[in-house]
Amino acid sequence: VTETLGNLATGFAVALSPAILIYAFVGCLVGTLVGVLPGVGPLAGISLLLPVTFGLDATRAIVMLAGIYYGAMYGGSTTSILMRIPGEAASVMTCIDGYAMARKGRAGPALAIAAVGSYVAGTVSVVGLMLLAPPLAAFALRFGPPEYFALLVLGLLVLAYMSGGSMVKSLAMAALGLLIGMVGIDHMTGYFRFSYGIVELGDGIGVVPLAVGLFGLAEILATAGRVNPPEVIRPRLRDLLPSRREWRESAMPITRGTVLGFLIGIIPGSAHIISSFVSYALERKLSRRPEEFGHGAVAGVAGPESANNSATSGAFVPMLALGIPTGPVTAVLIAAMMVHGVAPGPLLIQQQPQLFWGFVASMYVGNLVLLILNLPLVGLFVNILRIPYPLLYPVIVLLCIIGVYEVNRSVVDVWIMLVMGVLGYLLKKLDFEPAPIVLGAVLAPMLELSLRQSLSMSDGSYTIFTERPISATLLAVALVLVVLSLRPLVGRGRDWRAKLGLAEKEELS
Amino acid sequence: VRADRVAGTALAFLGLFVLWECRQLPVGSLRTPGPAYMPMVLALLLVGFGALVAVFGGASARLRDAGWHEVRHALAILLACAFAALAVERLGYRITMALMLVFLVGVVERRGALVAVVFSLALVLATFFLFETVLRVPLARGPFGI
Repeated sequence: VTETLGNLATGFAVALSPAILIYAFVGCLVGTLVGVLPGVGPLAGISLLLPVTFGLDATRAIVMLAGIYYGAMYGGSTTSILMRIPGEAASVMTCIDGYAMARKGRAGPALAIAAVGSYVAGTVSVVGLMLLAPPLAAFALRFGPPEYFALLVLGLLVLAYMSGGSMVKSLAMAALGLLIGMVGIDHMTGYFRFSYGIVELGDGIGVVPLAVGLFGLAEILATAGRVNPPEVIRPRLRDLLPSRREWRESAMPITRGTVLGFLIGIIPGSAHIISSFVSYALERKLSRRPEEFGHGAVAGVAGPESANNSATSGAFVPMLALGIPTGPVTAVLIAAMMVHGVAPGPLLIQQQPQLFWGFVASMYVGNLVLLILNLPLVGLFVNILRIPYPLLYPVIVLLCIIGVYEVNRSVVDVWIMLVMGVLGYLLKKLDFEPAPIVLGAVLAPMLELSLRQSLSMSDGSYTIFTERPISATLLAVALVLVVLSLRPLVGRGRDWRAKLGLAEKEELS
Repeated sequence: VRADRVAGTALAFLGLFVLWECRQLPVGSLRTPGPAYMPMVLALLLVGFGALVAVFGGASARLRDAGWHEVRHALAILLACAFAALAVERLGYRITMALMLVFLVGVVERRGALVAVVFSLALVLATFFLFETVLRVPLARGPFGI
């Protein structure tokens, strides 16, 4: 504990330096704007602003990009509560009771509870990140290629299992993503694969054009025909304070949402969405007045909002400690860290303590910045939604093109973004989840390399994966997941994944 | 026609296409995989999952019910983006993006010529100033350094 506190003090020395504070503030501000805008989630936001960080040192860049990430999680609640439009997918559950509260004239308290819940969850979960990441990284030093291979297989299966809807569809998307990740030079033999003479494809398909195409451009293509946004409920600053009863009713949901969100955030998958869904279901189950849910229950806002913000810190644990992304956003963040010459993984905390602890400390500061920023400026953020969509989306398209082009200054990346945009649009129409594609594409080179290195180590014997205890355990868990996923095929009724998929679809439609 | 049937079949065909393309690369063996080994395994998985989606997709929504009313809009946006990709290194950021925005706002969204031109020029010049001058991200330049 003493060592952790000492390290945290070092981190605060970094995070409280004026330059880092400014970048944390800018990240939070931009993130909130990104979260408020429908169609530009945290993923697209981080991808678009990645080139902006090229001139910065690694710590400043990561602090700013992480600020965009949790700022977007915060910002998403505003449109959910005031317009019943989730700024990003994790705010879907907040729409239900948040908007109902707004219709009853309680928009201010709903926003305040969402902001305070997010602040508490964001701050407490950073403690979890701080305590869990270093021992996990130390443990991961025992990992060799077979363990990494097993971990990556498990990660992909968990992602597919945790996504709402059909697991077969998610697995198909993961396989497609892994295939996309195969494009480029084979690092062990030097063969060009699927590059069709395009030199730029030698380095493979970048995660930024992939993510911006699948999530940013696809959303624009699907929503461009939309007319002006619906009326926005505008709360007054003096109406923001919740009543004593509302505070009392939201205290426990915030606590439960924080713990639940952090734990779910560590697991690969659409952690934010799942955590808010599970938190909502849990609060309804535990409530003395479950009939109020759907009609403006405070717990229905407090729980999910805390959970989805807590999941953000949870997702940083495997990202920083193992170097493994649990979702598309952390995949892009890993790509961003690599651009800045930082390799996330077990050695990061040992070799770059200033960066890790500075980043952790900046999250405490960032959460406070968001609380201060979000409530007084809510009216300003809401005004952005008054901009007619036919003028707003060309701006987003322009930012998509600049963001993608500037990463490598390559037009090929813009073409990849276009192709991925069309793919993302079609997947949206055909009810497929694109997140496993991004994760698969990022993990593919690691997965292939660890498989081939493992086989080199064992002289071609596949028993290396079952002989070593860690990899055997990880693969056993993967097998259990496969069996669990087959259960709905045998039993009757919908399992929780099908229900999650339905709830998302109903709220987004 | 059911959506899952179409999607599953398309994925299976994509997997078959990858398998066909893999013939140009050495596969290696089970003990020492070559560069085509992993893509072939993944392509086989894609064929399998695609087939499963198609086979069990009889109860999925109909393809036409997916709501395709915005397709023309989407195609116009793609066309604008494709123009930007083709022109940005030839005409430079400012000219390319201004033309793209005029097309999107003026032609696709029918907001009037004056609105389209003023909006496009203002946005392009503002973003150029923000990225190139403030953030020092070099943007593509065209003829005469524009």
